[in-house]
Amino acid sequence: MISVKSLTKTFGRTVAVNNISFEVSKGEVLGFLGPNGAGKTTTMRMLTCYLIPDSGTATVAGCDIVEDSLEVRKHVGYLPENAPLYLDMDVVSYLEFVADVRGIPSSEKAGRIRRMVETCGLESVVGRYVGELSKGFKQRVGLAQTLIHDPEILILDEPTTGLDPSQIIEIRQLIKEIGKERTVILSTHILPEVEATCSRVLIINEGEIAASGTPEELHSVAGGEDSIYVAIKADDEGVPEKLSRISGVTAVKKVGDLDDGYIRFLLKSKDGARVGEEVFRAAVENGWTINELHRETLSLEDIFLKLTTKEKSA
Amino acid sequence: MSRTLAIFKREFASYFNSPIAYIYVTVFLGLAGWLFFKGFFLVGEASMRSFFGILPWLFLFFVPAITMRLWAEERKVGTMELLMTLPVTDTEAVMGKFLASFTFLLVSLALSLVLAVVVSALGDPDPGEIFGGYLGAVLIGAAFLAIGLFLSSLTENQIVAFIISVVTIFVLFILGDDFVLMGVPNWIAPVFSFLGLGAHYDSVSRGVIDTRDIIYYLSVVGFFLYLNVKSIESRK
Repeated sequence: MISVKSLTKTFGRTVAVNNISFEVSKGEVLGFLGPNGAGKTTTMRMLTCYLIPDSGTATVAGCDIVEDSLEVRKHVGYLPENAPLYLDMDVVSYLEFVADVRGIPSSEKAGRIRRMVETCGLESVVGRYVGELSKGFKQRVGLAQTLIHDPEILILDEPTTGLDPSQIIEIRQLIKEIGKERTVILSTHILPEVEATCSRVLIINEGEIAASGTPEELHSVAGGEDSIYVAIKADDEGVPEKLSRISGVTAVKKVGDLDDGYIRFLLKSKDGARVGEEVFRAAVENGWTINELHRETLSLEDIFLKLTTKEKSA
Repeated sequence: MSRTLAIFKREFASYFNSPIAYIYVTVFLGLAGWLFFKGFFLVGEASMRSFFGILPWLFLFFVPAITMRLWAEERKVGTMELLMTLPVTDTEAVMGKFLASFTFLLVSLALSLVLAVVVSALGDPDPGEIFGGYLGAVLIGAAFLAIGLFLSSLTENQIVAFIISVVTIFVLFILGDDFVLMGVPNWIAPVFSFLGLGAHYDSVSRGVIDTRDIIYYLSVVGFFLYLNVKSIESRK
Protein backbone atom coordinates (compact mmCIF):
# COMPACT_ATOMS: atom_id res chain seq x y z
CA MET A 1 0.00 0.00 0.00
CA ILE A 2 2.82 2.33 0.89
CA SER A 3 6.33 1.77 -0.34
CA VAL A 4 9.16 4.07 0.65
CA LYS A 5 12.61 3.86 -0.93
CA SER A 6 15.58 5.74 0.49
CA LEU A 7 13.71 8.92 1.23
CA THR A 8 15.91 11.82 2.29
CA LYS A 9 15.03 15.35 3.32
CA THR A 10 17.33 18.05 4.56
CA PHE A 11 16.52 21.51 5.90
CA GLY A 12 19.58 23.66 5.49
CA ARG A 13 22.31 21.71 7.20
CA THR A 14 20.12 19.44 9.28
CA VAL A 15 19.25 16.09 7.84
CA ALA A 16 15.68 15.55 9.00
CA VAL A 17 15.14 12.22 7.28
CA ASN A 18 18.09 10.19 6.15
CA ASN A 19 17.67 7.43 3.60
CA ILE A 20 14.56 5.82 5.06
CA SER A 21 13.00 2.77 3.39
CA PHE A 22 10.02 0.75 4.52
CA GLU A 23 6.85 -0.89 3.30
CA VAL A 24 3.38 -0.87 4.72
CA SER A 25 0.97 -3.50 3.51
CA LYS A 26 -2.78 -3.23 3.32
CA GLY A 27 -4.60 -3.31 6.61
CA GLU A 28 -1.52 -2.76 8.74
CA VAL A 29 -1.38 -0.26 11.56
CA LEU A 30 2.16 1.03 11.60
CA GLY A 31 3.46 3.07 14.50
CA PHE A 32 6.22 5.62 14.06
CA LEU A 33 8.02 5.85 17.31
CA GLY A 34 10.79 8.23 18.10
CA PRO A 35 11.90 11.15 20.23
CA ASN A 36 10.88 14.66 19.21
CA GLY A 37 12.76 15.83 16.15
CA ALA A 38 13.49 12.30 14.98
CA GLY A 39 11.94 12.86 11.57
CA LYS A 40 8.50 11.33 12.07
CA THR A 41 6.57 14.40 11.02
CA THR A 42 8.87 15.14 8.09
CA THR A 43 8.38 11.60 6.79
CA MET A 44 4.62 11.94 7.10
CA ARG A 45 4.66 15.31 5.39
CA MET A 46 6.50 13.80 2.46
CA LEU A 47 4.03 10.93 2.21
CA THR A 48 1.15 13.41 2.19
CA CYS A 49 2.83 15.62 -0.44
CA TYR A 50 3.23 18.61 1.85
CA LEU A 51 6.98 18.37 1.36
CA ILE A 52 8.96 17.04 -1.57
CA PRO A 53 11.86 14.70 -0.76
CA ASP A 54 15.37 15.74 -1.74
CA SER A 55 16.04 12.24 -2.98
CA GLY A 56 14.42 8.85 -2.94
CA THR A 57 10.94 7.87 -3.99
CA ALA A 58 7.77 6.68 -2.41
CA THR A 59 4.50 5.38 -3.72
CA VAL A 60 1.25 5.60 -1.85
CA ALA A 61 -1.66 3.50 -3.12
CA GLY A 62 0.37 2.90 -6.26
CA CYS A 63 0.93 6.59 -7.02
CA ASP A 64 4.24 8.40 -6.89
CA ILE A 65 4.28 11.14 -4.24
CA VAL A 66 6.02 13.64 -6.53
CA GLU A 67 4.69 12.81 -10.01
CA ASP A 68 1.15 11.97 -9.00
CA SER A 69 0.73 14.06 -5.90
CA LEU A 70 -2.94 14.93 -6.43
CA GLU A 71 -3.83 11.24 -6.79
CA VAL A 72 -1.91 10.41 -3.61
CA ARG A 73 -3.77 13.09 -1.70
CA LYS A 74 -7.09 11.69 -2.89
CA HIS A 75 -6.30 8.30 -1.36
CA VAL A 76 -4.95 9.59 1.91
CA GLY A 77 -6.59 11.09 4.96
CA TYR A 78 -4.06 13.12 6.93
CA LEU A 79 -4.33 14.58 10.38
CA PRO A 80 -1.42 16.91 11.10
CA GLU A 81 -0.03 17.28 14.59
CA ASN A 82 -2.28 19.23 17.00
CA ALA A 83 -5.17 18.91 14.52
CA PRO A 84 -5.07 22.41 13.01
CA LEU A 85 -8.57 23.45 11.93
CA TYR A 86 -10.29 26.55 10.60
CA LEU A 87 -11.43 27.95 13.90
CA ASP A 88 -13.93 30.41 12.47
CA MET A 89 -16.17 27.75 10.93
CA ASP A 90 -18.84 25.64 12.53
CA VAL A 91 -18.35 21.88 12.54
CA VAL A 92 -20.73 21.09 9.69
CA SER A 93 -19.59 23.83 7.32
CA TYR A 94 -16.03 22.78 8.02
CA LEU A 95 -16.78 19.20 7.02
CA GLU A 96 -18.71 20.51 4.02
CA PHE A 97 -15.68 22.49 2.95
CA VAL A 98 -13.43 19.44 3.09
CA ALA A 99 -16.06 17.39 1.25
CA ASP A 100 -16.25 20.08 -1.47
CA VAL A 101 -12.51 20.25 -1.92
CA ARG A 102 -12.41 16.47 -2.02
CA GLY A 103 -14.98 16.56 -4.80
CA ILE A 104 -17.64 14.53 -3.03
CA PRO A 105 -20.84 14.88 -5.09
CA SER A 106 -23.45 17.03 -3.39
CA SER A 107 -25.97 14.18 -3.37
CA GLU A 108 -23.70 12.15 -1.09
CA LYS A 109 -22.41 15.02 0.99
CA ALA A 110 -25.11 15.22 3.65
CA GLY A 111 -25.04 11.46 4.19
CA ARG A 112 -21.28 11.36 4.56
CA ILE A 113 -21.23 14.23 7.00
CA ARG A 114 -23.95 12.55 9.06
CA ARG A 115 -21.94 9.33 9.11
CA MET A 116 -18.79 11.19 10.17
CA VAL A 117 -20.69 12.91 12.97
CA GLU A 118 -21.85 9.50 14.20
CA THR A 119 -18.52 7.71 13.80
CA CYS A 120 -16.57 10.40 15.55
CA GLY A 121 -19.14 11.16 18.24
CA LEU A 122 -19.74 14.78 17.25
CA GLU A 123 -23.52 14.84 17.78
CA SER A 124 -23.35 17.21 20.74
CA VAL A 125 -21.21 19.84 18.99
CA VAL A 126 -22.68 19.89 15.48
CA GLY A 127 -23.69 23.56 15.41
CA ARG A 128 -20.74 24.90 17.39
CA TYR A 129 -17.77 26.83 16.07
CA VAL A 130 -14.61 24.77 15.84
CA GLY A 131 -12.73 27.43 17.81
CA GLU A 132 -15.01 26.91 20.83
CA LEU A 133 -14.45 23.17 21.07
CA SER A 134 -12.32 21.37 23.61
CA LYS A 135 -9.11 19.78 22.45
CA GLY A 136 -10.68 16.32 22.45
CA PHE A 137 -13.52 17.41 20.21
CA LYS A 138 -11.14 19.28 17.91
CA GLN A 139 -9.21 16.06 17.53
CA ARG A 140 -12.45 14.26 16.65
CA VAL A 141 -13.35 16.90 14.09
CA GLY A 142 -9.85 16.45 12.69
CA LEU A 143 -10.41 12.71 12.43
CA ALA A 144 -13.83 13.23 10.82
CA GLN A 145 -12.15 15.46 8.27
CA THR A 146 -9.55 12.79 7.43
CA LEU A 147 -12.25 10.15 6.99
CA ILE A 148 -14.87 11.99 5.01
CA HIS A 149 -13.79 10.63 1.63
CA ASP A 150 -13.45 7.11 3.02
CA PRO A 151 -9.70 6.90 2.35
CA GLU A 152 -7.81 3.62 2.14
CA ILE A 153 -4.89 5.15 3.96
CA LEU A 154 -4.83 7.20 7.11
CA ILE A 155 -1.81 9.13 8.30
CA LEU A 156 -2.12 10.52 11.80
CA ASP A 157 0.58 12.66 13.37
CA GLU A 158 0.54 12.30 17.14
CA PRO A 159 -3.22 11.94 17.34
CA THR A 160 -3.38 11.90 21.13
CA THR A 161 -1.00 14.65 22.24
CA GLY A 162 -2.50 17.20 24.56
CA LEU A 163 -5.54 15.12 25.45
CA ASP A 164 -6.51 14.09 28.96
CA PRO A 165 -6.29 10.38 29.88
CA SER A 166 -9.94 9.57 29.22
CA GLN A 167 -9.88 11.40 25.87
CA ILE A 168 -6.73 9.50 24.95
CA ILE A 169 -8.51 6.21 25.56
CA GLU A 170 -11.50 7.37 23.52
CA ILE A 171 -9.40 8.52 20.58
CA ARG A 172 -7.36 5.32 20.64
CA GLN A 173 -10.57 3.32 20.62
CA LEU A 174 -11.78 5.38 17.68
CA ILE A 175 -8.53 4.87 15.77
CA LYS A 176 -8.74 1.14 16.39
CA GLU A 177 -12.30 1.14 15.13
CA ILE A 178 -11.65 3.11 11.96
CA GLY A 179 -8.34 1.34 11.36
CA LYS A 180 -10.01 -2.03 10.91
CA GLU A 181 -10.37 -1.83 7.14
CA ARG A 182 -7.70 0.77 6.50
CA THR A 183 -3.98 1.09 6.33
CA VAL A 184 -2.84 3.40 9.08
CA ILE A 185 0.41 5.12 9.91
CA LEU A 186 0.45 6.92 13.21
CA SER A 187 3.30 8.62 14.96
CA THR A 188 3.70 8.97 18.66
CA HIS A 189 6.23 9.21 21.39
CA ILE A 190 3.88 7.62 23.88
CA LEU A 191 4.91 4.01 24.17
CA PRO A 192 1.79 2.36 25.56
CA GLU A 193 -0.04 3.84 22.59
CA VAL A 194 2.02 1.77 20.21
CA GLU A 195 1.43 -1.38 22.20
CA ALA A 196 -2.28 -0.59 22.32
CA THR A 197 -2.88 0.25 18.68
CA CYS A 198 -0.12 -0.83 16.33
CA SER A 199 0.53 -4.13 14.61
CA ARG A 200 4.02 -3.05 13.66
CA VAL A 201 6.47 -0.48 14.94
CA LEU A 202 9.15 1.58 13.27
CA ILE A 203 11.53 3.23 15.66
CA ILE A 204 12.99 6.34 14.10
CA ASN A 205 15.89 8.19 15.59
CA GLU A 206 17.85 11.09 14.15
CA GLY A 207 16.28 10.62 10.75
CA GLU A 208 17.06 6.95 10.47
CA ILE A 209 15.20 3.75 11.19
CA ALA A 210 16.64 2.33 14.39
CA ALA A 211 14.47 -0.78 14.46
CA SER A 212 11.32 -2.19 12.99
CA GLY A 213 9.04 -5.12 13.65
CA THR A 214 6.17 -6.22 15.83
CA PRO A 215 6.49 -5.26 19.48
CA GLU A 216 7.50 -8.90 20.21
CA GLU A 217 10.15 -8.92 17.51
CA LEU A 218 11.64 -5.73 18.83
CA HIS A 219 11.89 -7.39 22.16
CA SER A 220 14.24 -10.05 20.83
CA VAL A 221 16.11 -7.57 18.63
CA ALA A 222 17.04 -5.59 21.69
CA GLY A 223 18.44 -8.78 23.26
CA GLY A 224 16.18 -8.36 26.20
CA GLU A 225 16.81 -10.16 29.44
CA ASP A 226 14.13 -10.49 32.07
CA SER A 227 14.71 -9.19 35.54
CA ILE A 228 13.64 -11.41 38.43
CA TYR A 229 13.32 -9.81 41.82
CA VAL A 230 13.32 -12.06 44.83
CA ALA A 231 13.37 -11.21 48.53
CA ILE A 232 14.78 -14.04 50.67
CA LYS A 233 15.30 -14.57 54.39
CA ALA A 234 17.86 -17.28 55.09
CA ASP A 235 20.18 -18.35 57.85
CA ASP A 236 23.04 -19.40 55.63
CA GLU A 237 25.34 -16.96 53.85
CA GLY A 238 25.50 -18.77 50.52
CA VAL A 239 22.28 -17.49 49.01
CA PRO A 240 23.83 -15.49 46.12
CA GLU A 241 26.08 -18.41 45.09
CA LYS A 242 23.19 -20.83 45.15
CA LEU A 243 21.07 -18.47 43.09
CA SER A 244 23.78 -17.98 40.50
CA ARG A 245 24.14 -21.73 40.14
CA ILE A 246 20.61 -21.93 38.73
CA SER A 247 20.99 -22.61 35.02
CA GLY A 248 20.17 -19.68 32.76
CA VAL A 249 20.94 -17.02 35.34
CA THR A 250 23.50 -14.60 33.96
CA ALA A 251 23.83 -12.24 36.92
CA VAL A 252 22.86 -11.99 40.56
CA LYS A 253 22.91 -8.72 42.41
CA LYS A 254 21.95 -7.78 45.92
CA VAL A 255 19.74 -4.76 45.60
CA GLY A 256 18.72 -4.01 49.15
CA ASP A 257 18.06 -5.04 52.76
CA LEU A 258 14.42 -5.13 53.71
CA ASP A 259 12.81 -5.21 57.15
CA ASP A 260 12.67 -8.46 59.10
CA GLY A 261 15.93 -9.74 57.65
CA TYR A 262 14.80 -10.16 54.08
CA ILE A 263 17.34 -9.40 51.39
CA ARG A 264 16.27 -8.51 47.87
CA PHE A 265 18.18 -9.92 44.93
CA LEU A 266 17.99 -9.10 41.25
CA LEU A 267 18.55 -11.97 38.82
CA LYS A 268 19.04 -11.53 35.10
CA SER A 269 18.03 -14.22 32.64
CA LYS A 270 16.75 -14.68 29.14
CA ASP A 271 14.33 -17.29 30.35
CA GLY A 272 12.66 -15.56 33.23
CA ALA A 273 9.65 -17.83 33.61
CA ARG A 274 11.67 -21.00 34.21
CA VAL A 275 14.21 -19.25 36.42
CA GLY A 276 11.39 -18.06 38.65
CA GLU A 277 10.32 -21.64 39.22
CA GLU A 278 13.89 -22.73 39.92
CA VAL A 279 14.30 -19.98 42.49
CA PHE A 280 11.22 -21.20 44.27
CA ARG A 281 12.46 -24.80 44.21
CA ALA A 282 15.85 -23.72 45.55
CA ALA A 283 14.13 -21.88 48.36
CA VAL A 284 12.16 -24.96 49.33
CA GLU A 285 15.25 -27.19 49.25
CA ASN A 286 17.32 -24.80 51.36
CA GLY A 287 14.57 -23.82 53.75
CA TRP A 288 14.59 -20.11 52.76
CA THR A 289 11.51 -17.98 53.17
CA ILE A 290 10.41 -15.85 50.27
CA ASN A 291 8.09 -12.88 50.56
CA GLU A 292 8.55 -11.46 47.08
CA LEU A 293 9.13 -13.05 43.70
CA HIS A 294 8.33 -11.24 40.50
CA ARG A 295 9.54 -10.92 36.98
CA GLU A 296 9.79 -7.86 34.73
CA THR A 297 10.15 -8.32 31.00
CA LEU A 298 11.87 -5.64 29.00
CA SER A 299 9.16 -3.15 28.08
CA LEU A 300 8.94 -1.34 24.80
CA GLU A 301 10.08 1.65 26.78
CA ASP A 302 13.39 0.01 27.64
CA ILE A 303 13.85 -1.10 24.05
CA PHE A 304 13.11 2.38 22.85
CA LEU A 305 15.56 3.99 25.22
CA LYS A 306 18.17 1.38 24.46
CA LEU A 307 17.86 1.89 20.72
CA THR A 308 17.62 5.65 20.70
CA THR A 309 20.45 6.29 23.13
CA LYS A 310 22.78 3.62 21.81
CA GLU A 311 23.52 5.54 18.64
CA LYS A 312 24.31 8.74 20.45
CA SER A 313 26.88 7.12 22.70
CA ALA A 314 28.46 5.19 19.82
CA MET B 1 -12.25 24.56 -10.79
CA SER B 2 -14.69 23.13 -8.26
CA ARG B 3 -11.84 23.06 -5.77
CA THR B 4 -11.05 26.72 -6.40
CA LEU B 5 -14.74 27.38 -5.86
CA ALA B 6 -14.76 25.49 -2.56
CA ILE B 7 -11.80 27.52 -1.27
CA PHE B 8 -13.38 30.70 -2.59
CA LYS B 9 -16.61 29.95 -0.73
CA ARG B 10 -14.83 29.21 2.52
CA GLU B 11 -12.66 32.33 2.38
CA PHE B 12 -15.51 34.58 1.36
CA ALA B 13 -17.80 33.25 4.10
CA SER B 14 -15.03 33.63 6.67
CA TYR B 15 -15.02 37.40 6.11
CA PHE B 16 -18.59 37.44 7.34
CA ASN B 17 -18.10 34.89 10.13
CA SER B 18 -16.55 37.59 12.24
CA PRO B 19 -17.61 41.19 12.77
CA ILE B 20 -14.52 42.33 10.86
CA ALA B 21 -16.27 42.43 7.49
CA TYR B 22 -19.08 44.61 8.79
CA ILE B 23 -16.74 46.96 10.62
CA TYR B 24 -14.57 47.09 7.53
CA VAL B 25 -17.39 47.94 5.14
CA THR B 26 -18.86 50.51 7.51
CA VAL B 27 -15.57 52.27 8.11
CA PHE B 28 -14.66 52.14 4.44
CA LEU B 29 -17.96 53.62 3.27
CA GLY B 30 -18.12 56.10 6.12
CA LEU B 31 -14.65 57.38 5.48
CA ALA B 32 -15.04 57.44 1.69
CA GLY B 33 -18.39 59.23 1.97
CA TRP B 34 -17.17 61.76 4.48
CA LEU B 35 -13.98 62.60 2.59
CA PHE B 36 -15.95 62.86 -0.63
CA PHE B 37 -18.85 65.00 0.55
CA LYS B 38 -16.58 67.24 2.58
CA GLY B 39 -15.20 68.65 -0.68
CA PHE B 40 -18.25 67.93 -2.80
CA PHE B 41 -20.41 70.79 -1.52
CA LEU B 42 -17.51 73.19 -1.49
CA VAL B 43 -16.78 72.62 -5.15
CA GLY B 44 -20.46 72.38 -5.99
CA GLU B 45 -19.89 70.19 -9.00
CA ALA B 46 -21.86 66.97 -9.70
CA SER B 47 -18.81 64.82 -10.33
CA MET B 48 -17.28 61.83 -8.58
CA ARG B 49 -13.76 62.65 -9.67
CA SER B 50 -12.60 63.53 -6.17
CA PHE B 51 -14.02 60.23 -4.88
CA PHE B 52 -11.89 58.28 -7.32
CA GLY B 53 -8.96 60.46 -6.35
CA ILE B 54 -9.34 59.45 -2.70
CA LEU B 55 -10.01 55.78 -3.42
CA PRO B 56 -6.40 54.54 -3.99
CA TRP B 57 -5.38 56.13 -0.69
CA LEU B 58 -8.17 54.35 1.11
CA PHE B 59 -7.27 51.12 -0.67
CA LEU B 60 -3.69 51.57 0.48
CA PHE B 61 -4.84 50.72 4.01
CA PHE B 62 -8.02 48.80 3.38
CA VAL B 63 -6.71 46.27 0.86
CA PRO B 64 -3.85 45.05 3.08
CA ALA B 65 -6.46 44.68 5.83
CA ILE B 66 -8.40 42.34 3.54
CA THR B 67 -5.41 40.27 2.50
CA MET B 68 -3.18 40.20 5.58
CA ARG B 69 -5.01 37.26 7.12
CA LEU B 70 -5.30 35.05 4.04
CA TRP B 71 -1.99 33.18 4.20
CA ALA B 72 -0.46 34.45 7.41
CA GLU B 73 -3.22 32.93 9.51
CA GLU B 74 -3.03 29.60 7.68
CA ARG B 75 0.65 29.49 8.46
CA LYS B 76 0.23 30.50 12.06
CA VAL B 77 -2.62 28.12 12.94
CA GLY B 78 -1.09 25.33 10.86
CA THR B 79 -4.13 24.90 8.61
CA MET B 80 -1.82 25.43 5.67
CA GLU B 81 -0.66 21.86 6.17
CA LEU B 82 -4.25 20.72 6.14
CA LEU B 83 -5.15 22.72 3.05
CA MET B 84 -2.12 21.77 1.02
CA THR B 85 -2.49 18.06 1.75
CA LEU B 86 -6.02 18.13 0.38
CA PRO B 87 -6.09 17.35 -3.33
CA VAL B 88 -5.70 20.98 -4.45
CA THR B 89 -2.92 22.44 -6.55
CA ASP B 90 -1.05 25.48 -5.28
CA THR B 91 -2.54 27.55 -8.12
CA GLU B 92 -6.08 26.56 -7.19
CA ALA B 93 -5.51 27.57 -3.59
CA VAL B 94 -4.03 30.94 -4.58
CA MET B 95 -6.85 31.61 -7.05
CA GLY B 96 -9.55 30.68 -4.53
CA LYS B 97 -8.14 33.10 -2.00
CA PHE B 98 -7.60 35.87 -4.52
CA LEU B 99 -11.12 35.59 -5.90
CA ALA B 100 -12.60 35.65 -2.41
CA SER B 101 -10.77 38.85 -1.49
CA PHE B 102 -11.58 40.33 -4.89
CA THR B 103 -15.28 39.60 -4.48
CA PHE B 104 -15.21 41.16 -1.05
CA LEU B 105 -13.65 44.29 -2.55
CA LEU B 106 -16.31 44.31 -5.26
CA VAL B 107 -19.01 44.15 -2.61
CA SER B 108 -17.53 47.17 -0.80
CA LEU B 109 -17.27 49.06 -4.08
CA ALA B 110 -20.80 48.12 -5.06
CA LEU B 111 -22.07 49.58 -1.79
CA SER B 112 -20.31 52.84 -2.61
CA LEU B 113 -22.59 53.15 -5.65
CA VAL B 114 -24.89 54.86 -3.15
CA LEU B 115 -22.62 57.88 -3.61
CA ALA B 116 -23.17 57.78 -7.36
CA VAL B 117 -26.92 57.70 -6.79
CA VAL B 118 -26.73 60.70 -4.48
CA VAL B 119 -24.57 62.63 -6.94
CA SER B 120 -26.97 61.80 -9.79
CA ALA B 121 -29.90 63.00 -7.70
CA LEU B 122 -28.18 66.31 -6.98
CA GLY B 123 -26.93 66.99 -10.47
CA ASP B 124 -26.04 65.52 -13.78
CA PRO B 125 -22.69 63.68 -13.59
CA ASP B 126 -20.94 62.18 -16.60
CA PRO B 127 -21.80 58.44 -16.61
CA GLY B 128 -18.71 57.65 -18.67
CA GLU B 129 -16.51 59.20 -16.01
CA ILE B 130 -18.22 57.22 -13.25
CA PHE B 131 -17.89 54.00 -15.22
CA GLY B 132 -14.24 54.69 -15.94
CA GLY B 133 -13.68 55.55 -12.30
CA TYR B 134 -15.13 52.29 -11.12
CA LEU B 135 -13.22 50.31 -13.73
CA GLY B 136 -10.02 51.97 -12.58
CA ALA B 137 -10.89 51.25 -8.95
CA VAL B 138 -11.55 47.57 -9.69
CA LEU B 139 -8.27 47.26 -11.61
CA ILE B 140 -6.08 49.03 -9.09
CA GLY B 141 -7.89 47.22 -6.27
CA ALA B 142 -7.14 43.86 -7.90
CA ALA B 143 -3.48 44.82 -8.27
CA PHE B 144 -3.26 45.86 -4.60
CA LEU B 145 -4.97 42.62 -3.58
CA ALA B 146 -2.54 40.46 -5.55
CA ILE B 147 0.40 42.27 -3.93
CA GLY B 148 -1.10 42.01 -0.44
CA LEU B 149 -1.97 38.35 -0.89
CA PHE B 150 1.56 37.52 -2.00
CA LEU B 151 3.13 39.37 0.91
CA SER B 152 0.79 37.64 3.34
CA SER B 153 2.29 34.33 2.25
CA LEU B 154 5.75 35.42 3.36
CA THR B 155 5.02 35.70 7.07
CA GLU B 156 2.90 34.12 9.73
CA ASN B 157 2.30 37.43 11.45
CA GLN B 158 -0.74 39.32 10.17
CA ILE B 159 0.50 42.68 11.42
CA VAL B 160 3.80 42.22 9.62
CA ALA B 161 1.86 41.22 6.50
CA PHE B 162 -0.22 44.38 6.82
CA ILE B 163 2.72 46.72 7.26
CA ILE B 164 4.90 45.33 4.47
CA SER B 165 1.86 45.38 2.19
CA VAL B 166 1.12 49.03 2.92
CA VAL B 167 4.75 50.00 2.37
CA THR B 168 5.14 47.98 -0.83
CA ILE B 169 1.88 49.19 -2.32
CA PHE B 170 2.72 52.76 -1.38
CA VAL B 171 6.13 52.59 -3.08
CA LEU B 172 4.70 50.99 -6.23
CA PHE B 173 1.83 53.47 -6.24
CA ILE B 174 3.91 56.65 -6.11
CA LEU B 175 6.59 55.27 -8.43
CA GLY B 176 5.07 56.95 -11.47
CA ASP B 177 4.18 60.16 -9.64
CA ASP B 178 5.52 63.43 -11.09
CA PHE B 179 7.07 64.24 -7.75
CA VAL B 180 9.14 61.03 -7.86
CA LEU B 181 9.93 61.34 -11.56
CA MET B 182 11.49 64.76 -11.01
CA GLY B 183 13.94 63.27 -8.55
CA VAL B 184 15.24 60.38 -10.66
CA PRO B 185 17.63 60.41 -13.65
CA ASN B 186 15.98 61.15 -16.95
CA TRP B 187 16.69 57.79 -18.54
CA ILE B 188 14.90 55.86 -15.77
CA ALA B 189 11.89 58.18 -15.54
CA PRO B 190 9.90 56.45 -18.33
CA VAL B 191 10.43 53.06 -16.66
CA PHE B 192 9.17 54.39 -13.33
CA SER B 193 6.26 56.08 -14.99
CA PHE B 194 5.33 52.83 -16.73
CA LEU B 195 5.70 50.65 -13.62
CA GLY B 196 3.96 53.00 -11.20
CA LEU B 197 0.51 51.78 -10.20
CA GLY B 198 -0.77 55.34 -9.87
CA ALA B 199 0.01 56.74 -13.32
CA HIS B 200 -2.17 54.19 -15.09
CA TYR B 201 -4.97 54.78 -12.63
CA ASP B 202 -5.19 58.49 -13.38
CA SER B 203 -5.95 58.05 -17.04
CA VAL B 204 -8.48 55.25 -16.54
CA SER B 205 -10.33 57.09 -13.78
CA ARG B 206 -10.55 60.16 -15.97
CA GLY B 207 -12.64 57.99 -18.28
CA VAL B 208 -9.86 57.38 -20.80
CA ILE B 209 -9.96 53.60 -21.15
CA ASP B 210 -6.81 52.40 -22.85
CA THR B 211 -6.28 48.67 -23.34
CA ARG B 212 -2.63 49.17 -22.41
CA ASP B 213 -3.63 50.28 -18.93
CA ILE B 214 -5.96 47.31 -18.56
CA ILE B 215 -3.25 44.94 -19.74
CA TYR B 216 -0.83 46.59 -17.36
CA TYR B 217 -3.04 45.96 -14.34
CA LEU B 218 -3.84 42.40 -15.39
CA SER B 219 -0.10 41.75 -15.76
CA VAL B 220 0.57 43.11 -12.28
CA VAL B 221 -2.14 40.84 -10.89
CA GLY B 222 -0.79 37.85 -12.84
CA PHE B 223 2.78 38.55 -11.81
CA PHE B 224 2.05 38.71 -8.08
CA LEU B 225 -0.27 35.71 -8.17
CA TYR B 226 2.55 33.81 -9.87
CA LEU B 227 4.97 34.89 -7.14
CA ASN B 228 2.35 33.76 -4.64
CA VAL B 229 2.18 30.27 -6.15
CA LYS B 230 5.99 30.12 -6.08
CA SER B 231 6.15 31.19 -2.45
CA ILE B 232 3.60 28.54 -1.49
CA GLU B 233 5.60 25.94 -3.41
CA SER B 234 8.81 26.99 -1.69
CA ARG B 235 7.69 25.34 1.58
CA LYS B 236 8.43 22.03 -0.07
